[in-house]
Amino acid sequence: MSSTTAPRGMARLHLLANPGRFLRVSGLLLPWLTGAGLLCLALGMVWGLWLSPPDWQQGETVRIMYVHVPMAWLAMGGYLALVVLSVISLVWRHPLADVAARELSPIGAMVTALCLATGSLWGRPMWGTWWVWDARLTSVLVLFFLWVGHAALTRAFDDPDRGARMGAILALIGAVNLPIVKFSVDWWNTLHQPASVTRLDAPGIHVDILYPLLVNALAFSLCFVALALAATRAGLQERRLRALQMAAARRAEREGG
Amino acid sequence: MTRKRRRLYILLLCGIGLGTATALTLTAFQDNLVFFRSPSDILAEAPPPGRDFRLGGLVEAGSVQRSTGPDGRPHVTFRVTDGQHSIPVQFSGVLPDLFREGQGVVTLGRLGPGNVFLAREVLARHDENYMPPEVADALRRAGHWDPARGDPPPASGWNRLDPRRSGG
Repeated sequence: MSSTTAPRGMARLHLLANPGRFLRVSGLLLPWLTGAGLLCLALGMVWGLWLSPPDWQQGETVRIMYVHVPMAWLAMGGYLALVVLSVISLVWRHPLADVAARELSPIGAMVTALCLATGSLWGRPMWGTWWVWDARLTSVLVLFFLWVGHAALTRAFDDPDRGARMGAILALIGAVNLPIVKFSVDWWNTLHQPASVTRLDAPGIHVDILYPLLVNALAFSLCFVALALAATRAGLQERRLRALQMAAARRAEREGG
Repeated sequence: MTRKRRRLYILLLCGIGLGTATALTLTAFQDNLVFFRSPSDILAEAPPPGRDFRLGGLVEAGSVQRSTGPDGRPHVTFRVTDGQHSIPVQFSGVLPDLFREGQGVVTLGRLGPGNVFLAREVLARHDENYMPPEVADALRRAGHWDPARGDPPPASGWNRLDPRRSGG
């Protein structure tokens, strides 16, 4: 086995990839993650929607940011996780990575759709339009199609391993879109504003608006991870059930014939 | 070489190839990916006459003149500037709420006689700075910022400002 040559961190990864151990560890973690996520979300929503000040030029509309920006970050961060899972799936052929990637894509598609929808609702009163074909909006729409495409492709084959491999290849090809989404506002002139928080100099957001944004980002991230873990657990158990059913069917066929 | 390592190398090689191809494509299409062109771009290379394009920049301070057109619709003229050059714009219709002097705008239309831009649509383009109204007021009172003349000063100077203590 390659475990003698693999570095220590890789060995630990292999350890967690054991589905039984993953189910045990994630089962312990899940209630805490969910609780922390919901608690943060309650705090962030009260802070963001009531206690934080309006923006000097956008007024109360700025509060859409507390949902829009976390969704945008999760759409991209989640895709990065999908890329990592796809590499693990293609190189090390871990079934756990296959299941996690398959269960991640509907959640990723959902947050990307929410990012687009809240952005559209924000664009109408501020910019004066629901939608424009500038580089940022278009590349995020492509990201949404990649998520949906991955979800559909992994489920399109009778053989789940084959579906997982095709999905992983699609996810890796789609990874080129990730830097395009991030840097579209710097490389080309767009209607969408440049980055406010993730830039080299000081954040362009006053702390009274920035802190509730960060709390909401943490809250939605915790919920995202909890959702992804729960879905992966369900996917693993589904796979086990399927294997048991197949074994039972084979046994019945042997005894019958 | 184990099979895993070989798969990893193949994947890396594909990644490098795909990344290079994308970078080359994006570089080739650089000019077609712009959403709008600045006044300097237009003056340096005028677009074909009668063709629609988007003109973007800041609304020049003191250039906005509002009136009511013969059809009863609000009519507005202003100049769009990028700091070096500016182009006069005419527009009939309802402007977005964020439209003001010093605000970024993207307008869709075509060049008319006398190099006046006849806009069919005006969109507001706000910057990446967010602050409570009190902080904006404090900056204005202190003379650090005139919103009609463009973006606020560097964010490190105000993003922790407490207006209750600094404001008078």
